[in-house]
Amino acid sequence: MTDASQPAAQIAPRRTPGPIARTMRRLPLTAKIGAAILLMWLITVVTVQLWPLADPLQMVGRRLQPPSMDHWLGTDALGRDVFSRTLHGAVWSIPIAIVVVACAVAIGSFLGAISGFFGGWWDTIIMRLVDVTVAFPPILLAMAVAAMLGPGLANASIAMVIVWWPIYARLMRAQVLEVREREHVEAAVAGGAPPLRVLRVHVLPLCWTPTLINATMDFGQVVLLAASLSFIGLGATPPSPEWGSMISEGATRFYNWWIAFGPGMAILTVVLATSFLGDGLRDLFDRRSQ
Amino acid sequence: MLAYILRRLITIPFLLLGVASVSFLLSQMTKGDPLAALVPERMMSNPEVVAAVKAEWGLDQPLPVRYVVYLGKLVQGDLGTSFTTRRPVATDIAERLPATLELVVAAMIIGTVMGLALGLLSARFRGSVIDSVARIFALIGSSLPIFWSGLILLYLLSVRISLVPGTGRLPPRVDPPPHTTGFYTVDALIAGDVGLFVQALTHLALPAFVLGWAVTGVITRLVRSSLIEGLSMDYARTARAKGAAERRVLVGHALPNAMIPLLTILGFTFAYLITGAVLTEAIFAWPGIGSYAVRAAASLDYPAIGGVTIVGSIAFLLANLLTDIAYAWANPRIKVH
Amino acid sequence: MTAPLLEMTDLRIEFTDADGNRAEALRGVDLSVDSGEVLGIVGESGSGKSIAMMAFLQLLPRGARVTGSAKFRGEELIGMSSARIRKIRGKAIGCIFQDPLSAFNPVLRLGDQIAEAILLHDRSMSRRTALKEVERLFELVAIPQPAKRIRQYPHEFSGGMRQRAMIAMALANRPELVIADEPTTALDVTVQAQILDLLGDLRKELGIGLVMITHDLGVVAGIADRIAVMYGGRIVERGPTDPLFYNTAHPYTAGLIGAVPTLDGTGALRQIEGTPPSIFNRPPGCSFAPRCTVAQPVCHQTDPALRVTGATDSACHFPLTTVTPEVAE
Repeated sequence: MTDASQPAAQIAPRRTPGPIARTMRRLPLTAKIGAAILLMWLITVVTVQLWPLADPLQMVGRRLQPPSMDHWLGTDALGRDVFSRTLHGAVWSIPIAIVVVACAVAIGSFLGAISGFFGGWWDTIIMRLVDVTVAFPPILLAMAVAAMLGPGLANASIAMVIVWWPIYARLMRAQVLEVREREHVEAAVAGGAPPLRVLRVHVLPLCWTPTLINATMDFGQVVLLAASLSFIGLGATPPSPEWGSMISEGATRFYNWWIAFGPGMAILTVVLATSFLGDGLRDLFDRRSQ
Repeated sequence: MLAYILRRLITIPFLLLGVASVSFLLSQMTKGDPLAALVPERMMSNPEVVAAVKAEWGLDQPLPVRYVVYLGKLVQGDLGTSFTTRRPVATDIAERLPATLELVVAAMIIGTVMGLALGLLSARFRGSVIDSVARIFALIGSSLPIFWSGLILLYLLSVRISLVPGTGRLPPRVDPPPHTTGFYTVDALIAGDVGLFVQALTHLALPAFVLGWAVTGVITRLVRSSLIEGLSMDYARTARAKGAAERRVLVGHALPNAMIPLLTILGFTFAYLITGAVLTEAIFAWPGIGSYAVRAAASLDYPAIGGVTIVGSIAFLLANLLTDIAYAWANPRIKVH
Repeated sequence: MTAPLLEMTDLRIEFTDADGNRAEALRGVDLSVDSGEVLGIVGESGSGKSIAMMAFLQLLPRGARVTGSAKFRGEELIGMSSARIRKIRGKAIGCIFQDPLSAFNPVLRLGDQIAEAILLHDRSMSRRTALKEVERLFELVAIPQPAKRIRQYPHEFSGGMRQRAMIAMALANRPELVIADEPTTALDVTVQAQILDLLGDLRKELGIGLVMITHDLGVVAGIADRIAVMYGGRIVERGPTDPLFYNTAHPYTAGLIGAVPTLDGTGALRQIEGTPPSIFNRPPGCSFAPRCTVAQPVCHQTDPALRVTGATDSACHFPLTTVTPEVAE
């Protein structure tokens, strides 16, 4: 187990040649493809307003047209262009997933670090809270919270953070517990450094790798859950072109399969891409730590 | 082993109390007014109803008293009255639970069988095209939004080629079999009605496949890695030294060892299955608690949402407990201690 | 003269690891075992002693390249089809592995695991008959209460009993050759002695050829007819047991004997200094030279061939049996 310290310790100070570039180069092909797909979606999110696409919120053609040269993925019940709506949907789905994962990581890691580093009552209270939260099936908890807070994307996001933070609390706690026992930490404590400083300077920098890998994997799952909540009617509300609510519109129009096709494929590519990238990262760091 | 299970059993009531407390707190937060969680909006103007509910749930009492009242009712199985069906939530759920269980059990069987088959294939032919195809098929299942794959498959297989019937548990205007287990397939067999059994089974097939496919990815990945690990163990070398062929080593030696981690993950996949069931039921108009929950969420039927959440959590905890027991039972090394 | 039971000629094994580094784990080994004979193969871990035996049974992990010849009853095993070699493994050649806890499948009953060895080679036999046969084998290796024991799992056996069960499995199909890889290493000293006695008795009783692989010369001293000492992927000395002990030619063997504690306490307990060479980074000359107390410059340059040096064969420029080493330039 002591070997596990080495990769983390090596990665941290190696800034100059670009640790991200180096990691990327060592990833297997599938992970590179995953990273490329995610990058393309991120570019889409930032630049989609500039693209020569039909207005996603306006009627631009006849209603319920199947895919054609004019409308690559057809038109929906209100005559809006599904292809354009799918790409614009990324502006809703992806930033939300980023925010949810970031908040879950921040809250979970903070509580997990405190729990692992200080132990005692802190540990008991935080970990029992974790136990109770994970005793709920995730979607039911998210549905309950989102419904009680009222429908809407902001509340759905809060609900998802509540569902996800315990994972990161457990991860970070386990890491902190392990790193805390290392010699350099004990030396710092013995040297009289204040506990919070020890945690921040000597412990936390060595604890991030599993969290970041997990966050990569979870990103796709958050996209899925967000779309699910919207599909149920608890997330984004019409007319915003969010993927889940678009599929929900398609679900009521069975014979016009193309309405749901685009957003479904969009979700699939994002989730597959994060699985590929997350798997690659995990294999890379797991092998190094062995 | 008994001590181990007892230890797990002891934690269950505490977790249930936690779950109930969280549900209570959520109901108190509804729209900033706990009354909103108990009385439908259109009834709010009726002072008699409001007064009756307030008295029943102790809403004019301080928070701790309301909490005790809430717990007391929960223990008696009182989950409130649904805004939409106007019936006790507990009755609604009890009526719909078998449909969901039938779906989840069927999906669990399909997912496990497919996961085992794909895992065996990809471990046997690892590094080959078969391996890649099996893994990608499994991965796509867990990456697809289930409400979308259900929709597309329903369109392709039911609307386009009529391979499977449409939505629901039975064709319209067909009476369900007499209630014994609540599983239409099982009940039809008990009643000796083969025609009805086939109808129930064909209605079950597609939603169960869609839901099972969603958990296949996790199972395949686990089975594959356990099998490959097993093939590199000393006992695999011993089996080869006995003259066993590679296939025999895989099936006779690596597979039994892979069953133990498989059992552990089945509890975990149950969370996936509940999530998936909620969405699958919505697509397939499956009259279980999932579609009930979706309808409740859409119409802000707070008592129904709260009830489903609590029942779902109990099912979840029980599934995890069952997994632990199965794990202890399957692992001969634990048996002794 | 009939062909030896097992005959290896110039057997070589090359590994390529995940990063593409190549290493020679075995560098040309010549060995033979006759029917009913006990051969001891002695060496430190990494000397190639186990790998040589696993090589001809084709039990090496992927990435190993085997060249040379290994004949069993005159039939070439290297490159033999996997279907054909499966008929030999477990049937004509039985194996006993070092750590019987990990070598047995933890989730299967021991009786079934041993019955499998029988059933794999006799399709017509029923499982019941095979289990009866396992009971008989358990009696043969002196496991008490065989009828009850065959229903138990490996972890329910003590270390010594597990090793007996392992021996029973190796003997299940009345093999002509048994390969025992460190059969006593994982056991307590008293149990070690019992297992060695059992092996010695059984091979006399059944007339099988036995290859004992060990890092401990003392283990094979009492049982082996001939001994081969391996170091750095080669045989450095081989010969009948007595001359090997009393007219030792190779300094490494001498070191090993020095490392054997003697009961009367006269022999001072000496140890060989240093560590064995890494297979990825072998010195150019004799691989033992860096640790050898009598090494000369030539030892660091040329690897000596295995040749007759007195009563044993050895691979040394300056065998201890001939002359005291002259100081070369």
